[in-house]
Amino acid sequence: MENTIQQPVTKTICYHCGEDCDNDSIETDEKIFCCHGCKTVYEIINQNNLCSYYDIETAPGINQKKAIRSGKFDFLDDAKIKSELIHFKDSEQEHITFYLPQMHCSSCIWILENLKKINPGITRSQVNFIKKDVTIVYDFKKTTLKKVAETLTLIGYEPHISLNNAEGKKVKKTDNSRIVKLGIAGFCFGNIMMLSFPEYFSMGEIEDPKLQQWFNYLNLILSLPVFFYSASEFFVSGYKGLRQKFLNIDAPIALAVLITFLRSVYEILLETGSGYLDSMSGIVFFMLVGRYFQNRTYQNISFDRDFKSYFPLGVSVINSDNTEKQVSVSDLKPGDRIKIHHDEIIPADGILFLGKATIDYSFVTGESLPVEKSIGEIVYAGGKQTTGAIEMEVVKETSQSYLTQLWNNETFKENKEEPKKSFIHSVSRYFTYSLFSVASIAAAYWAINDTSKIWNAVTSVLIVACPCALLLSATFTNGNMIRILNKYKFFVKNESVIERMESIDTVVFDKTGTITEQTQSEIHFEGNPLNQEQNRIIRSLAGQSNHPLSRHILSCLPFDKTLPVKSYEEIKGQGTTATIAGSLVKIGSAQFVTGSNHFSSSRGSRIFVSINDEFLGCFVIQNNYRKNLREIISALKNQFQLKILSGDNASEEPFLKTVFGNQTEMLFNQKPEDKLRVIKKLQQRKRKVLMIGDGLNDAGALKQSDVGIAISDNTNTFSPACDAILSGKNFILLNELIRYCRKQKQIIYSSFVLSVVYNLVGLYFAVQGDLKPVIAAILMPASSVSIVLLTTGMSAFYELKLKRMNLTKVSFSPDTHHS
Amino acid sequence: MSAFFIMIGASLVLAVGFLIAFIWSVKSNQYEDDYTPSVRMLFDNTTNQKKDKETKQQSTKTK
Repeated sequence: MENTIQQPVTKTICYHCGEDCDNDSIETDEKIFCCHGCKTVYEIINQNNLCSYYDIETAPGINQKKAIRSGKFDFLDDAKIKSELIHFKDSEQEHITFYLPQMHCSSCIWILENLKKINPGITRSQVNFIKKDVTIVYDFKKTTLKKVAETLTLIGYEPHISLNNAEGKKVKKTDNSRIVKLGIAGFCFGNIMMLSFPEYFSMGEIEDPKLQQWFNYLNLILSLPVFFYSASEFFVSGYKGLRQKFLNIDAPIALAVLITFLRSVYEILLETGSGYLDSMSGIVFFMLVGRYFQNRTYQNISFDRDFKSYFPLGVSVINSDNTEKQVSVSDLKPGDRIKIHHDEIIPADGILFLGKATIDYSFVTGESLPVEKSIGEIVYAGGKQTTGAIEMEVVKETSQSYLTQLWNNETFKENKEEPKKSFIHSVSRYFTYSLFSVASIAAAYWAINDTSKIWNAVTSVLIVACPCALLLSATFTNGNMIRILNKYKFFVKNESVIERMESIDTVVFDKTGTITEQTQSEIHFEGNPLNQEQNRIIRSLAGQSNHPLSRHILSCLPFDKTLPVKSYEEIKGQGTTATIAGSLVKIGSAQFVTGSNHFSSSRGSRIFVSINDEFLGCFVIQNNYRKNLREIISALKNQFQLKILSGDNASEEPFLKTVFGNQTEMLFNQKPEDKLRVIKKLQQRKRKVLMIGDGLNDAGALKQSDVGIAISDNTNTFSPACDAILSGKNFILLNELIRYCRKQKQIIYSSFVLSVVYNLVGLYFAVQGDLKPVIAAILMPASSVSIVLLTTGMSAFYELKLKRMNLTKVSFSPDTHHS
Repeated sequence: MSAFFIMIGASLVLAVGFLIAFIWSVKSNQYEDDYTPSVRMLFDNTTNQKKDKETKQQSTKTK
């Protein structure tokens, strides 16, 4: 019936989700929907008078074509699971925070904050859009956690609940103390500066000495919170470094702050001068700003995910009396019989018991085609079941399974970022040594000429030449670069990642999902186009088999009726054959269909077809490579040694050779541990490795490598633990992004040179034992501001090329899309 | 000169007031999410309530 409706030429767009409606659109209330799911959601929203949802933004909904199994949230009724998830409970209410990756617009916020109109048991719901979560307060006498989750699912926001949620990771308290420190330092700095103005203008001589004294004491009081609270992190970190016999950058800074403070207190109490409290609080303020700027974290991106955020939380266990019970995955024991529904992830290694298993391991092992398993075979955890429900018996606990064992490797216990490695610290050490020598030369000089000036000169030198300029250079450069990289959807975990990028000389790629698109591989028919009769026959035969390749063929043929199949035969590893409508049909390998084997040279997997021994052509399944792969690789090839580490079979090797060249080493059929080991071996040969991967099977390699970049087409759902996440859309910018990161040192050094000039000017006054507070007060902000300007300017300048690339990428894409 | 003391004292008291307000806002997690509130304040509650009333009236009429 649906086929008879003639659609106008203009595209109709679903009122709910905004996707193109194909021939089978549904109409209600003069609104058009692409599927029943979208219509249902609309009806619920309409019934509850929440149609403003569609007024705030057009077509804000989430596509509902993929139906969600009822009973999916049954595990939320389990008291133990529930208690792990909810983070607050009193006699009436429970609080729960759900992560909703689908959230994308202001309509989403609106509907989610009006949940109480759909489910009256909900008392309050509050969205945090940046974290993409919603905190729901509900009355547990009127509704249950399961019903709350189902309410969300009903309107298209299926909560993402993984094993990770349950294991002690409740609402994280963000540490606000740095912002408070910053605020206090800023406040004191501003007021001390203001109270020092009279002194600046009269250059140290104020008519009323009493007033001057009063100002000084006020300054002293104002500087106390700066010294004891705001600057505390420099003292703590410097002290920690010294205890480990390591002179980090914080130690000389703490020394400078300490000496400035002591000398100022001494001067003020003895009424000999007004001290340098303005400079001290200013320095602390600027350094805290720099640190804050550098360490601003992305709340919505997590870099430390492991298999726990990929695995489900609950699973149905079948009891001996055939009843189903919901159990937390972490409580699964060997011997349990579990039921895996369509599209669910297998939570533990087990033996297939019942049903037809076709498991998609692409994310776990890198195999691009689903694997078929028959009853009695071992099924590994992490795969996604794609053909209906199966039952299996658990052999190993989740944490002991084949895949998750990777996380027991010692690589995951190490921490890559040792602060000692940062070059800033070694530069600051040289700086400190030369500073001490300048101070001691000045001391020696004055010891001969004028002993009263020794104390003055030495303290002045230490005050004026504090390595804070170096710290500022580094923090502002890193902050700027992280911000700019962020703009290009390249999210780095922290500043040390940028620094480590500098030394990279080898780039290792994963294949599936990294240089190919994460979506299903492409299939097309080569040969004369099939007519309707042929199409019908091939469809009917392919529909008989559950082999992944047959299912693939089915997906690319237009829908038609099924013909009766006679004398069907499936020969393992060869193909299938049957008599349909009086013709003998064969689908399978070249050997099986044509009897010869001369087609094997070309790219991709091929499935040959013949009807009545007349060869018709073949279906070609190809990996869908990312756009502009050739250009990126040829650019990278000149600078780095490249390598491919794939968990998939070698069928794509000939094609990859044409892209990467013959020198590039390619390893296929690599298990997760193998990948890790290969990286380790490269490092033993003093290679600095950049690993680019996407799936769980790359997790070990990403962790072991010097820099691990995860390619992700959806940064919100899942990416393995890594140092940086790059959006799949911006893969083309990879080369430029690496180049950009490598400018970091250059920028820091240039701004450091600038600050040395300021330091020399300051030292000129300091060694003479004649540093007036006003000079210190001018030099300090002047150098800080010029460093900020220089680093911002330079990082923006180097960004220009990246910007140009990004623009050409946009203009490129329509052409490349067709090819 | 005593004017100075009063003025400076007053300005400091005022500034400390703002500092306390700032610290309070940080401690009460107002910097947690700086996007959602900006959208939330634009939602039009009044028209929605009107619509609700209208539909309620309609439903009572049909009854």
